[in-house]
Amino acid sequence: MLRKILLAVAIVAVTAQPLLAAGDVDPQADFKAFRKYFTERFPKVPLNDFVNGPYSMDEGLRKQWQAKEEFPPYDFALDKGKQMFSTPFKNGKTYADCFPNKGIGVRQMYPIFDEKSGQIITLDVAINQCREANGEKPYDYLKDDMAALTAYMAFTSRGKPMDIKIPNDPRALAAYKKGEEYFYSRRGQFNLSCAGCHVQNPGNHIRTEVLAPALGIMNALPIYRSEWGGMGSTSRRLTTCNSQIRGVPLPAESEEYRDVEYFLSYMANGLPISGPGARP
Amino acid sequence: MASTIRIRAVASGDTTEVQSLIQHPMDSGFVKDSKGQLIPAHHIEVVQFEHGGKVVFTALWGPAVSKDPYLKFSFKGGKKGDELKVSWVDNKGATDSLVGKIQ
Amino acid sequence: MRIRALIRFAAALSIAGFATAAFAATADDYKAALVKADAAIKQAHALKNEWTTTGAAIKAAKAAADAGKFDEAVAHAQQAEALANGSIAQAKEQEKLWPEAVIR
Repeated sequence: MLRKILLAVAIVAVTAQPLLAAGDVDPQADFKAFRKYFTERFPKVPLNDFVNGPYSMDEGLRKQWQAKEEFPPYDFALDKGKQMFSTPFKNGKTYADCFPNKGIGVRQMYPIFDEKSGQIITLDVAINQCREANGEKPYDYLKDDMAALTAYMAFTSRGKPMDIKIPNDPRALAAYKKGEEYFYSRRGQFNLSCAGCHVQNPGNHIRTEVLAPALGIMNALPIYRSEWGGMGSTSRRLTTCNSQIRGVPLPAESEEYRDVEYFLSYMANGLPISGPGARP
Repeated sequence: MASTIRIRAVASGDTTEVQSLIQHPMDSGFVKDSKGQLIPAHHIEVVQFEHGGKVVFTALWGPAVSKDPYLKFSFKGGKKGDELKVSWVDNKGATDSLVGKIQ
Repeated sequence: MRIRALIRFAAALSIAGFATAAFAATADDYKAALVKADAAIKQAHALKNEWTTTGAAIKAAKAAADAGKFDEAVAHAQQAEALANGSIAQAKEQEKLWPEAVIR
């Protein structure tokens, strides 16, 4: 399997255009090419179905998933998240005071480029900023509380099209490019990049799992993974992807992770939020 | 306290299809925690569904069933509006039950 | 270019293997190997590209040294250094290579 990936990459490397000049960033061109690649490779998959990850790639898996969607395994985390969302902080304020539209149906706007800090702010980071601004301790990005709360917020955005903005600010463009670099760079002792699995091999197996396409891969997060027996945040998924290819994960919500989430979410603009998701 | 059981039963013709989701850790007793200690077995042993005073489905569960188990089955009989009772007992003697209506 | 890195890595690993067979290592040999390994690990960390197996190798080296098994400790330390060097090479090459993988 690894040889196939190597061969595919070698072919891409040989046929690719010359190396970019530093400073070349054209998100709109990338967007078009990215979308064309996936829709041409999978002509039978309806565009909006890509957000269902492996289920858009494998009919047998899809049937199992659809049967479970009546009682999705994330039901309990969702209820917990709803309760957490509506519980006021010690100072009487709630999450509704921090977010536009009272925090309902806003997930599809994240990650956001923050002009003041020049940083990419993901939903999870925004939640902790809200907590700290109101005298509460931040949640651990990798643990259940953050997963449950983001599950609820994602649920209120279900069906809404991803809507990521890259303003004409060199810092935003730089973050986008860094995210793109992270996505396509090989890492870990297994020498795999995110693209190696999710661009080169969607629909194929990695051990027993069916690989999801990179197009729309952020839309279902956070996800309940049967493997975890529970709900896991976006950070949990990114860090475990790293360790699974024998790469030491960076601290959760590091700049690199926020940038790659920015890049991937932008690539999915227009595709519906399907979170919270259920995966094998 | 909220029930650990969620149930949806739909009657169609002379068959009722039942789906349920039960919240339970279903610890097998074989898994170690981060300190290397065995997490003791804590799992549902029996799940039963009753309709019209009769048991229509019994499941004998054990360590092989995963956390928050999802169950789906069909039985003959049952019509819209009938009551369906679900109950479970785990290896620590804890129980829960729920009465739902067939749709 | 990726093949070069692989060959370099394989060579580093095999050299690590040969080194232990020849002589019995002392605590000083281990300390020297540890210094080199730590330096490589530090550099890999600075590049934000470390492999999980590197950490495992260094841990094994320290455990073997604590048990007085210096042959083993040196072998593990050299393995850790080789793995760290592999991740350093990977990071440096990927910095130049990644644009070729981008869908255009």
